[in-house]
Parts: sequence; C-alpha cells; structure tokens
Amino acid sequence: MAAIDTARQEAPRTAFFNDPVIRGIIYQIVVGIAVVLFIFWIINNTAANLAAQNKTTGFDFLGKTAGFDISFSLFHWDRTSYYWEAFLVGLTNTLLVAVIGIVFATILGFALGIGRLSSNWIIARLATVYIETIRNIPLLLQLFFWYFAVLKAMPAVRNSLELPFDTFINQRGLFVPRPLPDEQFGFVIVAFFVAIALSFVIRAWAKRRLETTGQRFPVFLTSIALIALLTAATWILSGASVAFDPPVLQRFNFRGGIELPPEFVALAFGLVIYTAAFIAETVRSGIQAVSHGQTEAAQSLGLKDGDRLRLVIVPQAMRVIVPPLTSQYLNLTKNSSLGAAIGYPELVNVFAGTALNQTGRAIEIIAMTMAVYLTFSLLTSVIMNWYNSRVSLVER
Amino acid sequence: MNHFVRSEMAPAQPAPRSTTGAIVWAKQNLFSSPSDALLTLLAGIFLLWAVPPIVGFLFTQAVWPGGTVEDCRLETAGACWAYVAARINFFIYGFFQIDQYWRPNIVFALGAALLIPLAIPKAPFKVINALLFFVVLPVVTYVLLAGGFFGLRPVPTEQWGGLLVTLIISYVAILGSLPIGILLALGRQSKLPVIKTLCIAFIELWRAVPLITVLFMASIMLPLFLPQGMSVDKLLRALVGVTLFASAYMAEVIRGGLQAIPRGQYEAGSSLGLSYWQRMGFIVLPQALKHVIPGIVNTFIALFKDTSLVSIVGIFDLLNTIQAATSDANWFSSNQAVTGYIFAAIVYWIFCFSMSRYSMFMERRLNTGHKR
Repeated sequence: MAAIDTARQEAPRTAFFNDPVIRGIIYQIVVGIAVVLFIFWIINNTAANLAAQNKTTGFDFLGKTAGFDISFSLFHWDRTSYYWEAFLVGLTNTLLVAVIGIVFATILGFALGIGRLSSNWIIARLATVYIETIRNIPLLLQLFFWYFAVLKAMPAVRNSLELPFDTFINQRGLFVPRPLPDEQFGFVIVAFFVAIALSFVIRAWAKRRLETTGQRFPVFLTSIALIALLTAATWILSGASVAFDPPVLQRFNFRGGIELPPEFVALAFGLVIYTAAFIAETVRSGIQAVSHGQTEAAQSLGLKDGDRLRLVIVPQAMRVIVPPLTSQYLNLTKNSSLGAAIGYPELVNVFAGTALNQTGRAIEIIAMTMAVYLTFSLLTSVIMNWYNSRVSLVER
Repeated sequence: MNHFVRSEMAPAQPAPRSTTGAIVWAKQNLFSSPSDALLTLLAGIFLLWAVPPIVGFLFTQAVWPGGTVEDCRLETAGACWAYVAARINFFIYGFFQIDQYWRPNIVFALGAALLIPLAIPKAPFKVINALLFFVVLPVVTYVLLAGGFFGLRPVPTEQWGGLLVTLIISYVAILGSLPIGILLALGRQSKLPVIKTLCIAFIELWRAVPLITVLFMASIMLPLFLPQGMSVDKLLRALVGVTLFASAYMAEVIRGGLQAIPRGQYEAGSSLGLSYWQRMGFIVLPQALKHVIPGIVNTFIALFKDTSLVSIVGIFDLLNTIQAATSDANWFSSNQAVTGYIFAAIVYWIFCFSMSRYSMFMERRLNTGHKR
C-alpha cells in the first residue's frame, strides 16, 4: 500500500476525480448526505403533519389505561389494564401461536418430506399432492377458509362435535380437558430431567469407552429405558396423580377444561398446514443433497443400516436442512401476524390495530411492533451463524 | 460359406415375466414389506374416506352455472358454482364500470401477448419484447385503466378491483423491485462501507418484518411522511409498501447470482478498461440475472400470494372481492363462502403452480451438464 501511495504522490497520472479511492469517498459522502437529508425531510414533514393534527408524540401512552377488551390472554387482562400490558398480551399471544405452530409444523413437515421420498408410490403421491396444493395457495385465503368456512360453520354449543379424550369442538372453539397435577407431581418432573441428565452422562461414558476399547454400548435404548423407568418409578413411589378437568356442557356453554377460541385454532391450524408444506420441501431437498455415494461408502465400510443413517446421512442432511428450516420458523412467526385478519389478538391486532386506533400514536406503535419482529429475526440469525460455524465443513 | 459368428443383433427378448406387469409393480411399489403394505392400506382407506365427498362436493352434487340460488340452498347441494358465475365480473374487475370493461380486457390481452413470448426462451426479439413489457406496457396500462387522457373517462383506483388489482399489484411490484433489487444487491457487494451498510440495513430491515406491518406503515405513516397537502392514493400506498418489501427479497436473490459469477469475469472486465457500470451492465449482471431466473420466479410466486394481504388495508383485490361477495344476500346459502374460497384457491393455484413449473423448467434448462 505504501508503495502505491508514494507512487501516486510522485506521478499523478489522472485527475483527482478519476482516482478510484477519492471517487469512492466522494460517492459515499454524496449518498450519506442524501440519505441524511431524506430522513431529515421525512422527520420535518412528520413533525409538521403532527402539529397540524394537534397530535403529541412520545411513549407516555404506555402507562395509560387501555380500556378495551381482549378476547384471549394468557394472563389477567381487563379494561383497566395499561397499554404496556396490551403490548405484552399481544407479544405472548404471538409467541404462543408461533411455538405451537413450530412444534406441529415440524412434525408434519418432516413426515411429509420423508413421505414424498418414500418408495411407496401412493404415500409419495399423497405427499406431493398435499405439498403442491398447499404451497400454491395464499396463507390468508387458507386462514379465511379455516376460520369462516370451517370453524364458523361448526355446530352450535348444544350440538358440539365430540372428539376423543373429552375434547369438544363447536362454533366457540375447541374445548380440551385441563390437566390438574397434584403436589407430588413435581417429583416426577424432577426425575424426568435427572434421567435426561444421566443419559447424557452415559453417552459421554460410552463414547470414551468406544474410543479406548472399541466396544459399543447401546446408548439410545439405555437412555430411553432409563428415562421411562426412572420417571415411572418415581410416579408410582411418590403416589403422584394427574386429574383431568374435562369440559362439561352446561346450559349455555362448557364449564371447566381449557377453552381455545376459534381464532386461535384457525390460525394455529392454518399456520401448521401451510408451513409444513414448506418444511417438507426443505427436508426433501436436504435428504436429496446427500449424494448416493455417501450411502455406498457407508455400506462399503460395513456400517449397519441404522448406523449409516445416524452417523453418515442424517448429520449431512441436517447441515443442509437446518438453515432453511429456521428461516421457515421465522416465516411462521412473521405469518402469525395474519391472525389480525381473523381477529386473533396477537401483536399486530392488539397493538398495531386497536391500540393504534385508540391512541393515534402511529409512529411509536408501528416502530415498537417492527422492533419486536426485528429482534426475532436478529436472534434467529445470531443462532444460525453460531450453528453454521459449528457444523460447517472444515477444509484444509 | 458358413457363418459361425452372428452378423446382426439377436432380437431383444421380452423382460422376464416376474419383473413386469401390474402385479409386480404393485408388489414393488405398494407392498414391498409388511410396514409398506400397512401404509398402503391406511392411505387407501384415507382416500376412500376423503375423495368421494370431495368429488361429490366439487362436481357431482355441485350447482353449475345456470342453476338458481334455490338449488344451492338444497340440503344435498355441493359447491354453488352458479354463484361464482353470477359474480364473476365482480371477482375480475371489482367496481369497474361495466361499459368500460374493454379497457382492462385490452390490458389483460396486451400483458398476455407480451409475457408469453418473453417467457419462451426460443422466441425472437427478446430485447424489444422486454422493453415493451417493462417500459411501454406500464404506461399503456396506466393510461387505459386510470383514464383522463384521449377522451377516456377517468376511473378512480377505488373502483379497480378483483383479479385486475391482484395482477396490477404483482406486476408493479416486480417492475419496481427488479431495478431496486439489482441496485441493492450491487450496493451490498460494494467495497464502499457507507453504501454497503445502508444497503444491508435496508435489506435486513424489510426482510425482518411481516408484510402486514409494512402495509400498515405504508397506509398510516406514508401520509405523515409527505409534505402537507400532498395526498397519496390508497392503492399507490400499498404499491409502495409491497414494492419496497419485494425489492429486499429480490436483492438477496440477485446477490446469490452475483456471488456465483467467478472473480475472473470481474477482472476480465477491469482489464478491458471498462468502468464499474459497464463491467456490471455488460458482463456480470447478464450472467448473474440469467442464473437466478428460477429464484426471481420463486420470489414472484411468494409476492403473488402475498398480494392477498392488501385486503387487510381495505383494497379490493381478488381475495377481498370474494370475501365481500360472501355477504351477498341474493346468493345466501350454506356453501356460499366455501365456494368462493375454493374458487379463489383455484385461481391462485393456477397462477402459482404454472409459475413454479416454469421456474423448474428454466432451472433444468440453465443447469446444463451439472446434473448426473
């Protein structure tokens, strides 16, 4: 660099505005000034507009009483609650539907993705038809379908459809029994986690033994047995029991149980159905990305079928699957904002909808809503970068 | 003279009977193992349970165009296609005046006439075709639909609706997002830190938030951002939102293409003495864009589906016209809403599925020699 710099000083062959370095700096200054001016222009206009409309700005509204109802909330909410509580209700409702959606979409998506590659003709066809149908229809339309055409067309409370396990579905939503664990049940949970911790210890021990002596140990079976036995033994010995409070049809509505509103059911159902189709494609492409040579190489090393999958195929497929899978999870979380269209009280509906209409603080509220999703996105990409650096191929 | 060596090929024998035929095929593909057979059986039961009601609802018990609302209200009636047929103009044109339907019709015809040769790789005059589609058609479309010129009666955008609006939003969004996306992708690759940071921030911000918040922002905050007295049309606000949103995704797709171009191409351009824009415009971008045509089409599919979200901010696109027609009391029946949704699903599905097939076709065509 130094040599080049001195050369430039000694013999300037071009005019200074043709020097790429100086030019780059000029470009950046021009763009920077333009962006700053643009932002300043926007702020100026906004201030003028707000002044003309006699509107104030600031986040003080968060501490005021909201005064509206929210149909579904994980914690206590009434009309006297504050706006910051409305924000929290929206956020937790978004997270609730996202978490439930992610769990079920993953299960369904993996089943469909593997099914599409199945050697069974009819299963592969069914999975293909599902994926190609669902992927090509807008999610909002699917949500409308589930909400307005399916759940709203369900029978009235008196003629609820009865599903197995004391579960009922009707116009007012899904009614499931509420589990009521007694005090001793805490021991069972503790035992469950202790067993999981123990199986990690066994795994480490088995790996060390395998590396020193070459002898194998059935870690998976042992762990399953340990977790099942230890949990069951604690359950029986401690005398813990779980009672179920089933929903019971009263005169006008169900009493007891957990009531899931139709908006929640439709949104969760729609998100699962839709996202599963995308996850299935991710899984399929991940499995297909592992070349057949890997299977053959594993066979020629004499690995058993199970070991071949566990040690050779799945780790390589997961490396391809996990990054797009997390972006599907992120998509599901973002798509849960469509719940606003069918009246599920999630963040966009409660906060960017009702709260915005009542307070008129458009800028603050939209900024807070966007910041929430931005945080989700940044967190996901941080985790993904960590994962990618962990699993990326180490090349010489 | 005797020949002891064959001079011609022996005629091919048919395959052994134990390897051909329907039974063998079924044995290999449906009943290869006990668990396989069980799966087949379960799938068969599922099909027997699910398919007849669906076929009955959609076809055999459906009320076809020409039927009346009384037929649809019968207990046994299936899908009420007569209702769709009766309201089809609303679903396609929205509130456009009936005597002006020829204007959107010309736009549809021109769009199809220009798009089809553009999509066929072997069709000639690609440059002229692309210019017509991307530069001339928008102007013609605006003049024809909005009116106010050449004695055409002005039609406010509030009256546009249905499939027309869905297609216009997708068209404008792709039109705007391609150039913006290219600039953002180039900016993200730039060595100038200020430009690079700005582009990354822009792309990541739009990609992180859901489209619905972008639309809320466009419909509520855009009027605040502009000088006083300057009002923006509702449709235009949504268009700005969708375009900016799509351009962030487009930028990432194009970046993938730029990264696939070997360094040698950039260096060859520099060694020819080309400037940055010449290098990009003549050497890098043509190759990069060709690489990512499938990705661009896939982005467009997602965009096309996402246009349905504008119904939340009160624009009458295809989904919203169907949703609005659900409350049409003249056609009230228990299957009215379902029929509308199924019709919308079929329309969206046809567009998206054909685009995804096209994307796969281009992928195979561009992917010469890499697949075994």
